[in-house]
Parts: sequence; C-alpha cells; structure tokens
Amino acid sequence: MTSVEEYQIMTGNHAAANACKGARVQVVAAYPITPQSPVVEKISFFIENGELNARMVRVESEQSALTACVAASATGVRVYTATSSHGLLLMYEILCWAAGNRLPIVMNIAMRSVGAPWSVWTDHQDAFTVRDTGWIQMFCEDNQEIYDTNLQAYRIAEDPSVYVPTFVNYDGYILSHTSMLVKLEPQKKIDEFLPPLKHHLNLGDMNIVKGVCPVTTPHIVKREEGTAPGYYEFRYSLQRSIEHSINKVKEVHDLFAEKFGRSYGNGIYKTYRAEDAEMYIFAVGSVASESRLVIDKLREKGIKIGLISLKLFRPFPTKYLRELFKDAKLIVVFDRDIGYGYEGILCYELKSALYQSKNRPFIKGYIVGLGGRDIITSDLIEGVYRAINLGKKNEYSEQTEFIGLKLDELDFLQKEVK
Amino acid sequence: MVEKKDYEIILASVQKPVVGEAGKTGSWSRFKPKIDLEKCLVVKMNKDVCHFCWLYCPEPIISRTIPPKINYEYCKGCGICAEVCPPKAIKMVEESEL
Amino acid sequence: MADKVKLYDIPEEEFLLPGNRMCSGCGLSLIYRTALKALGPNTIITVPASCLTVLHGMQGFTSVDKISVLNTPFATVAASASGIEAALEAMGKDDKVTCVAFAGDGGTTDIGIQGLSGAAERKTNFIYACYDNEAYMNTGVQRSGSTPYGSITTTTPIYGKTEHKKNMPKILEAHDIPYVATSCAAYPLDIYAKFKRAKEIKGTKYIHILSPCPPGWGFSTKDTIKIGKLAVETGFWPLYEIENGKFLLSNPSKRLLDPAKRKPIELYLSVQKRFKRLSNEQIEEYKRYINQSWEYIKSKNITTQFL
Repeated sequence: MTSVEEYQIMTGNHAAANACKGARVQVVAAYPITPQSPVVEKISFFIENGELNARMVRVESEQSALTACVAASATGVRVYTATSSHGLLLMYEILCWAAGNRLPIVMNIAMRSVGAPWSVWTDHQDAFTVRDTGWIQMFCEDNQEIYDTNLQAYRIAEDPSVYVPTFVNYDGYILSHTSMLVKLEPQKKIDEFLPPLKHHLNLGDMNIVKGVCPVTTPHIVKREEGTAPGYYEFRYSLQRSIEHSINKVKEVHDLFAEKFGRSYGNGIYKTYRAEDAEMYIFAVGSVASESRLVIDKLREKGIKIGLISLKLFRPFPTKYLRELFKDAKLIVVFDRDIGYGYEGILCYELKSALYQSKNRPFIKGYIVGLGGRDIITSDLIEGVYRAINLGKKNEYSEQTEFIGLKLDELDFLQKEVK
Repeated sequence: MVEKKDYEIILASVQKPVVGEAGKTGSWSRFKPKIDLEKCLVVKMNKDVCHFCWLYCPEPIISRTIPPKINYEYCKGCGICAEVCPPKAIKMVEESEL
Repeated sequence: MADKVKLYDIPEEEFLLPGNRMCSGCGLSLIYRTALKALGPNTIITVPASCLTVLHGMQGFTSVDKISVLNTPFATVAASASGIEAALEAMGKDDKVTCVAFAGDGGTTDIGIQGLSGAAERKTNFIYACYDNEAYMNTGVQRSGSTPYGSITTTTPIYGKTEHKKNMPKILEAHDIPYVATSCAAYPLDIYAKFKRAKEIKGTKYIHILSPCPPGWGFSTKDTIKIGKLAVETGFWPLYEIENGKFLLSNPSKRLLDPAKRKPIELYLSVQKRFKRLSNEQIEEYKRYINQSWEYIKSKNITTQFL
C-alpha cells in the first residue's frame, strides 16, 4: 500500500518537468507559450538550483527551440522540449527534420487551439495538425499519466528498433494548470527503468566523423565505396519503424506497470465500463475524461455503453481497434478538433481503420469544445441519444455537427433572422 | 545475436568521405593548366618561395611540392592558377597539348 | 587580433576532397578549403540549405574529410549550432571540439538572421561564418538582402536591385560579441588567419567572407581572385577585425583610408555582367556609398586608437 505522503500536489506542467528531471535530460531548449510555459520555468528552476544537470538553451523562437534539440540530439545527448499551438506550428518544418533524422526527442504538447482568432484555451487542433510529421503521438488524461508517459516515451523513442521522436500530449489548462496528486518515483528506480541514451548518430564522437542529412535523390547511389539508400528508402524505414513501435509502446508500458505499479489500459487505449458494451464513446484527452461521466449516466439508464480513451494515436492502432470493435454496433466519436471541409480528425481516422472490418459499426462523429468551450455532460448525452436514433435508421448526416454551439444566444443573429 | 530488420539499419541519411564524389571532375573542361618548369619560381630556385597555384586553387588538386603537381583527373580547369602565377609560368592549354 | 600568416604557415593537409560538386572557379570552394585548414579536425560544422550543402555532396558520400557535418533547414543554422554547443557542454567536450555554423548570405542576412541574433545574444560559443556570394545562388541567382545595389538577379531582372546590401558585420558588431571580421575569397591568408584567431576566442565569433561567384556575377572562372581583389581594392569590401570592441583594418584595406589609394569602383563594376545596366547616376551613387562606409570605418578606427 502506498501512503498519501508519497504523493505531491502539482500541475500537469510540473508533472512534465519532474519527468524530465527523472529522465536526466541533458539539453532542454524551449520558448515560452501559453499554456506550456510553466514546464520550462520549472525545468529552469531545477537546473539553476542544481537538481538537474542539464543545459538550457533559452532560444528566441520555437523553430530554434526544436532545431537546438535536433542538433543536440544528433550530437548524442538526451533532449527535451515542450510547446503549444502556434509554437508547435512554427516547429512544423523541424518536426519533419527530427523524424527524418530518426532522433529520439521527447516533446510535450500542452494542447491549445490555433488562431485566428486568438485563443489560448484547450482543444486538440495543434496536436492533430502535426500527426503526419513522423512522430509517435500519445495522449494523457491526468497529471500522473503525463509523468509516467513521459518516462515511457524516452524508453520507446530511444529503443534501437524505434529511434522515432515522440509527442506526449495533454490538454492546456485542464491538465497543464490543474493541480492533482502525482507520485514521483525515486531516481534510482527511474534509472533502472530508463538506461542511458545510446544514439545512432553521436556527432560528438569525433572518432567517427560523418555528414548527416545531406541531399538525397530519387535513386539508390552505387559506388565502389558502397551503396546509399535514396529518399524513398528512408521514408519506408521511418514508416516501418513507427508501425513496429506499437509493440514497443505496449512492451514499455507493461514493463513500467510491473516496475511502478501503474498502468493505463493496455498502453494503447484505456477502457471504462466497456466489458459488456454494445456501443462506445471514442475520444482522447480531456474529452475522454469528460465522457466517463456520460458513461455513468447512460449506464444508469440501462444503456450498455463503454468508453475507449485512445492513448496511442500514432502509430494508429488499427489492428487493436478492429479487434476491440469487432462486435460494436455503434461508436460515437467526440472530436475536440476538426479537419476543415471534412469532419473530426479522430472520427475519420477511426472510420478508415474499421473500413475492412467484417461487421462495420455505425460511427457518428461530433465536434465539441473547440477553443476551450465547456463540454457539458448533458450535451454529450444528448449527442449519444441522437447517434443511437441515427444508427437505428443507418442515417448519415452530410453536415458535421457541433455540440455546445450557442448560436441562439447571439442577439444580432436573431435580429437578422427576424 | 538477433538479426536486425531493414528499418533498424536504415536510419538517418549519413555520408562518408570519398574522392570524386561528383565523379571525375577533370572532364568538366577541355582546358588544363600546364606549368612551364623553366619559369616556375619554386623549380627555378629549388625552394619554397611561391606556390601561389597551390594557395589560390579552389580545389585540393595542386601539390605544394617542387615542382607542383596537378591532379588532372579532378582539375576543373578554372584557370585561376594561370592568373595568379607571378612569373606567368602556367598556361591553359587543350588537354591534348599537356 | 589575427596573427600575420605566411603562405607556408598554412598546413598542406586537406579537408576538402577533389572531385566535389562546386562550380569551376568557385569562391566558396577556396574559402572552405582554407577555413577547414584553420579549423582542423575536431570540428563539427552545421550547414543550412545553400551551395555549401552541394559542396558536402549527396546521399551517402561527401567531399569533406575528417570533419563532422550536420545539415539543417534554411532558417536554423545558428540554432543548430546552439544545440550542438549545448550538447558538447553537456558531454564535457566543448573545449575539445569547435562548433561552426557555415551559411550563405541568404541563410544569414535574410531567413537566418533571427536565429543568428539569438545565438549571438546568448553568447553561444561558436564561430558563425557567412560566405557572401550576394544572392541566392543555389536556387538560381535570386536577389537577397546581401545583393549589392544595381545588381541584376533573376528576381530583379530588368532594373537591378534598388537597395544597397545589408551590412551584416555591423549588425553583429552591435551584438557586442568578442570577434567580428570580414574577409574575402581572394585573400586565403587573411581567411586562414581570421579563422585561426576565431578558434582561440570563447564566445560568439562572426566572420563574413565575400565570395565571388562566376556564374552568378557573370565573369570568367579564371577571374575569381581578380574580382575579389578589386572588391577590396576599390574600397567596396573593406577587410577588418573587431576584437572586443577594438577595430583593426586588415592589411589589404589599411591604405584605403586615403580615398586616393582606392581604385575606381568602375574597375570592379564593369567586369561583371550583373552590373551591365548600371547608369552613370548609379555609379555615382556607388561612390557616395563607398565614401560613406569609409567614413564609418574612419570613425571606428579613430575611436579605437584612443582605447
């Protein structure tokens, strides 16, 4: 039994900072942006008071932040950065560069909406926008999960069969600025779990000089001195490694659970009251947390519904989800993000994953809570009921539906309509 | 020993040094520098007193020796050595006249 | 300040390999060949998208020996150097390994200026070398912030550039870094001496080297040295060092404090196709511009004498 004393009260941002300390990161480069800033403030504190032996590069932009991480990682050290929203989008070019160089960087995204107009509040638009950059992507639902997932992320990213940079995402404010109980692990135990980095590039080792990331061609280059892969082979290798990483994610999660006694579903998704479920809510992060209340209310009404909270978004766990949903009748997807001109991103990713299933469930997607709009339990419940009715008729709506819109309260809109 | 998968071996794009990365660059020009050893200062004085050709060549293809040797296999034929040679001992000539 | 270097002080050991991809008569090729001799092994260089990427060779093989190189996207070379330096410090190798960012004028004066300014402000311990061929040469001679007045480029195809070049060394000087120097491809001894000096100093070092470009500027490959010398001798491109605020004109430029000793700027402009459309008024503007930049140098020189 663990006693209450082993726990500390801290925000999600500080849980992330403590994980960095635990992971003994050697170089941190970051730029302030709401709501991520307290992570870096805390790490700066750890470094200045001697708790963490790391170099902090206080850069002048997010593009430089990730570039410094890329270069430091290529030189051969463990690195960390964190950002949000516009900062993440300013990094976009370097996200691809980090993945293309197969650098085991771990980054936290304190998820926030993307302007215009300006909004500092949470939604998942920033994280989903960067899904095709070649990073592993994991979502968290509470502050302990942020701490634990960050520690796991280093072990996954640095595995010689992976070498892929990894995002650990959590909702801005809802987790980043909310205090919860978090158990911090003793350094010795973390060290046993997370061995020192063995890098495949190691530019800092001057015994083996090399050029990294030159121009490639569409072809394979063959010379007397040897052959070199073309651009295409590198893309293939990155894809295979990310595909393969799902096994590592699971393995590392299980090892972590064994060592520290905490687990998060199977490491790929978490379930809530889903054992005998015929229908499901499918969501990530804050939306998944909120949906737990929805499940309880609907269960009270005798509806056999369960929650699937997706933890691992990249690689997308298609095989697992097909198996999980093989007998599902209905899945309601709540997206705190949107693929403009189509629908919620999580929703269409799930649809695509289940397309080859024998018994395809009816899938209904809703947009919720963009820009931090409160997600009201009763609204979600109403959404589920509507989905059940539509499912019975197998009726698809052409328009993407937004839950929690308040158009009726806009007086100028009412006047126009009159 | 566990066998590594292809994706575990193909990681970042890295380079190793080779001579002639761009091929035999000597074929880029039909004109090549020819040193008139009777005029060449270092030859004449048998001393390290000049070697401007070595210093100003954009490529590492002229040796700082007596006499200077030109690596025609890779000389791109720019003609800088002929221009900077103080006694004008270097002439650019057709390859056949070397 | 840089020591006086004689030809035979420069090592014979080569770091640039023959048969590389650089154009015939390339100024950068000579700059790089010389700079690497001064830097020596135990150097990590980071390079943004530029002609230098091409020099480093493609896919699997490189023309640069005994030195490690990290390529990085266009805007990011100074941040990349910051990361390398931070990692070297974390590994306890920062005293043994020299960290260098080597970028073109576009990567320095335009897209890379923010990162460079940040790295300099943070007193990052690295050498930043800008080889200035005065346009985006690698993408086909488009105008850059460093393109000189009146120069025809593919994006100023009819009238030429209507502004003078950005004075990057002056901007770096304003960052109060310990070492700022200018050099030119036509003066390999000067290049060698300045890189050698920069390597000895801790903190941010900035070296800006004019790099004549035969295809981009429109002159014969044999004239790279001649053109580079004219740039200096006409007073268009003064060679100097500023070490800890102390200003020193380098030897080739020393005598040019006296305007009468400067060669007419027409000699420089008339031998390059990029200036073929310059009007007489524009040439007069050049003379005014050169005089003005020397007034600044004079003021620096005098201040320094009393330091």
